[in-house]
Amino acid sequence: MTHILLRHRDIPGIHKLDVYRAHGGYQALQKALSEHTPDEVIQIVRDSSLRGRGGAGFPTGVKWSFIPKAPGDKYVIINTDESETGTFKDRELCEYNPHQVIEGALIAAYAIGAKTVYNYFRGEYMDAAHAFEEALQEAYAAGLIGQNILGSGFSVDFYCHYGAGAYICGEETALIKSLEGELGQPWSKPPFPAIEGLYGKPTVVNNTETLANVPPIIINGADWYKSMGTPQSPGPKIVCMSGHVEKPGNYEVEMGVTYRQLIEMAGGMRGGKKFKALLPSGGSGPVITEKALDAPLTYEGLTPFGSVMGSASVIVMDETVDMVWAAQKMTHFFKHESCGKCTPCREGTFWMEKVLHRIYEGHGSQKDVDTLQSVAQQIKGKTLCALGEFAVSPVLSTLAHFPQEYRAKLAK
Amino acid sequence: MIAEKYAKEIEGILARFPTKKSAVLPLMHLAQHEYGYMSQEAMREVASILGLDPTHVLSLAGFYSLYYEEPVGRYVLEICNDLACALRGADEFVEMATQKLGIPVDGTTADGLFTLKTVMCLGACDRAPMLQCNLKFEEHLDEAKFEALLARLRAEAEAGEQKTAVVPQMIAHAAKS
Repeated sequence: MTHILLRHRDIPGIHKLDVYRAHGGYQALQKALSEHTPDEVIQIVRDSSLRGRGGAGFPTGVKWSFIPKAPGDKYVIINTDESETGTFKDRELCEYNPHQVIEGALIAAYAIGAKTVYNYFRGEYMDAAHAFEEALQEAYAAGLIGQNILGSGFSVDFYCHYGAGAYICGEETALIKSLEGELGQPWSKPPFPAIEGLYGKPTVVNNTETLANVPPIIINGADWYKSMGTPQSPGPKIVCMSGHVEKPGNYEVEMGVTYRQLIEMAGGMRGGKKFKALLPSGGSGPVITEKALDAPLTYEGLTPFGSVMGSASVIVMDETVDMVWAAQKMTHFFKHESCGKCTPCREGTFWMEKVLHRIYEGHGSQKDVDTLQSVAQQIKGKTLCALGEFAVSPVLSTLAHFPQEYRAKLAK
Repeated sequence: MIAEKYAKEIEGILARFPTKKSAVLPLMHLAQHEYGYMSQEAMREVASILGLDPTHVLSLAGFYSLYYEEPVGRYVLEICNDLACALRGADEFVEMATQKLGIPVDGTTADGLFTLKTVMCLGACDRAPMLQCNLKFEEHLDEAKFEALLARLRAEAEAGEQKTAVVPQMIAHAAKS
């Protein structure tokens, strides 16, 4: 297929402004500014049914429509704090097709009346950030950012900001706190960022890939967009394939392909080994097994199997993987990344890792397995943000699907 | 003093935000680039430029993993051994790296050249094993490529070349805009 998001794979050099413009770049911005009111832009995005690509799947146009219409400071923040284990799509977009992200963010700013856009990069993405900064400079020089853009009277400033290594800052309220110079810790919603966000002002936080979908929607229309994927989950999606496949990497697909097809697309199982399980959303989505492989890649597709598409970061594991080991790896991640604000997550992830380690080392008892279940249940649903929910999913889902692997490790 | 040495860059960073406090992470990146780690002096300097309490900067240094609270080697090699990388040999790669460098994880070589760390996902799972060296990604690694990387860095250090770090790119852009 021709790529809609990963366009650099079809058009070499599209990271440069002249190449991007030669292939229709910034025409969506021009069209939005000259032919549509901000409300019309929001309506087109609503009609397209575009949903957030960071994982939560909230309808983007609806999110934009929550911003109060009254004049005043408003902000658009691009969430490029891509830190989920197994996720590397936003990095590729920012590094190789940055103008499409910039254009999408400018249209978002026009739609909600923001005068400032920040792109919050994780601090480790300096290579991608460098490419993105170059693109920003080009766009500024060409009058696409700054004062009176394309003679429309619309003005906006656009800056990159760099985090410093904290998974939690991908959560939108934690990201806002971090951008304000505080510890990156989530707050209890409400207030929602749309009403009280950055510096207490109305703010839209959108994932990088989400915004890259906006320019083609403005150019081709909502119906075109909905002709791809499924009615509930339309459009293209970048899937990050990693782990035990022959060709790991990003794959842009239409929503609705099955997980089995995705594995085939990524060259099949590495070394012809047998499939065992996969994590569909990095560490944060419950593990799925063979019987879920024919489920479609949609926001709802894995519901019957107790899991989620999330950010579509598919970590594939073959028959050689010890699932207690995998659960321990992921739990270590969540323990490390817990921001420490909520007691259940801070203490719970600490104890889950300790108990899992004991079981993995062969010193555990049935009582440890029960403790693990109990601690996980006491985190689940009892934290301010979704990280608590994510943190228990590797433990609970491996316990559910592979109880025999835990039993086999218990001290005799 | 970064306030004098990077006056123009700091001005550019401050111009990005309506509050001074928002500039704290960029200035900490800058201070760490200058001093190698977040020394007490570095934290006090950042706090004084922004009118913050130094303990606030200290709490940020503890919260965010990219800030080093102890001195590190000239090159910080941070290997991702999270699940996705571990499925492609990252744990074995870490083991090999400790042997080649003769230091444990979190150790620094006696010549002060290399610090070895393991880190959480860096977003390059499709190119594992991988590491970041002073924030620059080195991907698709194996033992031979790791040795070649060490040789290149040793030669660079011996030639007295300016330490390559990616952070100055960010600072340069701040100065331009």
